[in-house]
Amino acid sequence: MNWRETLDTSWSAVRSHALRSVLTVLGILIGIAAVILTVGLGLGTQKDVSSQISSLGSDLLIVSPGSSTDSSGLRGGFGTGSSLTASDAEALSSSVNAPDIAAVAAEKSSSLSLEAGDGNWTTTVTGTTPSWLDVRSREMLSGEFIDEEDQDTAASVVVLGTETATELFGTTNVVGRTVTIDGRGLEVIGVLASAGSDSSSNLDDLAVVPLSTSSSQLVGASSASSVSTIYLKAAGDGQLSAAYQEATSVLLNLHGISAAADADFTIASQDALVDTATSIYRTLTVLLTGIAALSLLVGGIGVMNIMLVSVSERTREIGLRKALGAPPWAIRRQFLVEAAILGLSGGLLGAVLGIASAFALPGVIGSSIEVSPAAVVLSIVVAVGIGLLFGVYPATRAARLAPIDALRSE
Amino acid sequence: MVERASSDGIVEPVIRLTEAKKVYRSGSIEFEALRGVDLEIGEGEYVAVMGPSGSGKSTLMNILGCLDTLSSGSYRLAGADVDDFDEVELARIRNQRIGFVFQQFNLLPSLEAWRNVELPLLYARVPAADRRRRAEEALDRVGLGDRYGNRPGELSGGQQQRVAVARALVGEPTLILADEPTGNLDSVSTEDVLGLFDELHGLGRTIVLITHEQEVADRARRTVRVRDGLLHGEEVRA
Repeated sequence: MNWRETLDTSWSAVRSHALRSVLTVLGILIGIAAVILTVGLGLGTQKDVSSQISSLGSDLLIVSPGSSTDSSGLRGGFGTGSSLTASDAEALSSSVNAPDIAAVAAEKSSSLSLEAGDGNWTTTVTGTTPSWLDVRSREMLSGEFIDEEDQDTAASVVVLGTETATELFGTTNVVGRTVTIDGRGLEVIGVLASAGSDSSSNLDDLAVVPLSTSSSQLVGASSASSVSTIYLKAAGDGQLSAAYQEATSVLLNLHGISAAADADFTIASQDALVDTATSIYRTLTVLLTGIAALSLLVGGIGVMNIMLVSVSERTREIGLRKALGAPPWAIRRQFLVEAAILGLSGGLLGAVLGIASAFALPGVIGSSIEVSPAAVVLSIVVAVGIGLLFGVYPATRAARLAPIDALRSE
Repeated sequence: MVERASSDGIVEPVIRLTEAKKVYRSGSIEFEALRGVDLEIGEGEYVAVMGPSGSGKSTLMNILGCLDTLSSGSYRLAGADVDDFDEVELARIRNQRIGFVFQQFNLLPSLEAWRNVELPLLYARVPAADRRRRAEEALDRVGLGDRYGNRPGELSGGQQQRVAVARALVGEPTLILADEPTGNLDSVSTEDVLGLFDELHGLGRTIVLITHEQEVADRARRTVRVRDGLLHGEEVRA
């Protein structure tokens, strides 16, 4: 009996118990579809997060005050506002000190209430320099961004995010109108184009004023020169790590710190953020895939169950085949192939269901699902493997039946 | 490989059973189903084995069909010593030497008549085209030339047993072994199947038929009686 004949025989056995076969296949099918979907969901979310993070601007380094961890393992003072100053930002923008840093934008943010006519809205007011637009990879929807002159004269001007503009005025067409912050009137000179939101904040709900304006008038004088974040843009793709080195040495030097371990600031890169987010989602994906794999295992036990039923139901057939000269290996192979057919059908149908859901579901649940071809191929292989693995015991039992006992059974 | 002639030039019988004993054990209880049977059946013979139930004739049938092995004694089938054969070799000898006809027909219900008939050839690794041709020839020989494609459920009891006979014939076995072949048939179909055996005997086939019905046994040329695990007399008709 060659493979083709075995396949024929097994296939007709699977077909002759159509309902039972379909139910068994269903167990595998659900498991495979679940694996493909969870892996896809994990990958999709990972991709979403990376693209959100890179929407901050590529080649970006973020300098924050405070060390990331001190020697005791405690986190340093984040946002204490004392260790980074506007002069740090100036030093970093020097092309002599830091040739690989193309642009620098110092930022000082606080949450303030904005008033316009009858309305008021509390949002993040960011004082920064004109280079902010370029460093953060933002674009203008209308009007102008703050310029050097506004910065030098601490002009009473503000640029709004689309959401802030809509909350205050009900429209984004607001250039020339006036917003009052802390009793001081500021003219709206531009509106930022929408950028969505990143993992931690809404990028469209903010008000940007010149750093000089925020330092002198909007925030208390004690912290006048301190800034909360300095964004650095590397000069090119390959220069991020050089920029990182330069920024570190310039700041250590300025702050009079000799050992890098004692630094009172932290420089994070996009990569670091992406890595962190990726590892979180990878853990999540592994967890979900583990659960899906469990359902595959249950499907496999279903195959074994059905195959055992099939063997005891077909004892007479096995006995007859043996009496007619089927050696044990031929019987074993027939049942193994039958189990593999169930596994393969479940795998293929599960892959189809998984891929179809991957296209249909994102519209419903709002996060993208990325079908991984490797996961699809692997889960089909696993499905066949499960069929074979859980078919071994029933097939061996069938092969061991003594022909006389088998023939005598009713 | 298989020597059909012994040293003195006399053709060896198809079946030679010497001092055959079979003991079944169930826990501490031993049951001696065959207690020393000597039996020779020559080529072309038509032999009926008769005996009441529990006499050991089913055990004898299993031994003769290589479905079971002896506890002691020896069994030579067509010159081959089958006592030391393992499971795989026994399967091969059943496939090549023996054609079975069972009381329950034992056809596979999902397969068409010709597919049932080709089963022994499938395990003998005969190529597909040859299998179909030989299966159809065998069905022609048992008078079912117009029923190749029918499934067992679409055939009468007598026709099903003819399919089973065709299946027993298709591999050109040395021995046709029929276990109560008419036990499930009405008198017309019984006559039908026994007529077929007569024809096969006329063509020189060796047939061993196990039955407890005298009128069935009367069709054979030689009747062997079994009782309490021993041979108990023998009749030969002219």
